[in-house]
Amino acid sequence: MKFGIVRFPGSCDDIDALQAAARVGDAVLLWHADHDLQGVDAVIVPGGFSYGDYLRAGAIARFAPVMAEVEEFARAGGLVLGICNGFQVLCEAGLLPGALLPNLSLKFVFRQVELSVVRADGPFTGACAAGDRLSIPVKHTTGRFYAPELELDRLEDGGQVLLLYAPGHNPNGSRRDIAGVCNEAGNVFGLMPHPEHAVDLLAGSADGLKIFESMRAHVEQRVLA
Amino acid sequence: MRARVLVRPKAGILDPQGQAVERALPALGFAGVRNVHVGRLIELDVDDPARLPEMCERLLTNPLIEDWEIEEVSELEGAER
Repeated sequence: MKFGIVRFPGSCDDIDALQAAARVGDAVLLWHADHDLQGVDAVIVPGGFSYGDYLRAGAIARFAPVMAEVEEFARAGGLVLGICNGFQVLCEAGLLPGALLPNLSLKFVFRQVELSVVRADGPFTGACAAGDRLSIPVKHTTGRFYAPELELDRLEDGGQVLLLYAPGHNPNGSRRDIAGVCNEAGNVFGLMPHPEHAVDLLAGSADGLKIFESMRAHVEQRVLA
Repeated sequence: MRARVLVRPKAGILDPQGQAVERALPALGFAGVRNVHVGRLIELDVDDPARLPEMCERLLTNPLIEDWEIEEVSELEGAER
């Protein structure tokens, strides 16, 4: 199982994502300017401030050369995980529904939040159980998940909402407490919290590992099948 | 052509920036201000103005959350810059 972590100019959580992924498999960095995914089994678009977040967070990064390959990979069913800025990039790229708006507080939030697992039968949360609580940090200014009401209904009914902020833990005003959503096919997932910062009890929680473990289990099952 | 693209948060989407400004104005003695929204202004010289809408849809704005409007900057006004 080989993870590829995209590095844009301005990425800052790429190394944490690399090290988190390396706990459950092999992991390599993918350079934004290369049209090459190096044969990875899963792509992670990490957090940070890609291309300075100029214009809108993720708006420029989505046109980076490597994103053409990431889009093709995603459309072919490959696993793509977007964390924080990576989530914003995937929304801008149209690989995920919705958009991320400035936090209702207009403030940068940086704290541990409790997440509730809505679905645990897919590639990204398969190592959890539905209803599980995960303790994972958030750190962002633009993390308020937004989609029009009808789209939110569709996302909920279609099982695309995988993670919610637990009651009282919504840090940014996200609609319906949505913390993480996947695409219709279920192979692209984005979330604002940072599972890669919660992979060791030394940092307060290792719950984030479950996301990476879920991805590995999914890829390995697919190889066996 | 010198163009000006006005970008606004879509109606109905909570705009905390606009709300913050709306709350701040009365504190400075500016009463009677309502419906404040904060957007963005992009100015550009463009050879082919017909392509501006596509630029707006694909990069300059996110059509899911923003509305846009294109204004032509008059030569007189442009010359002042």
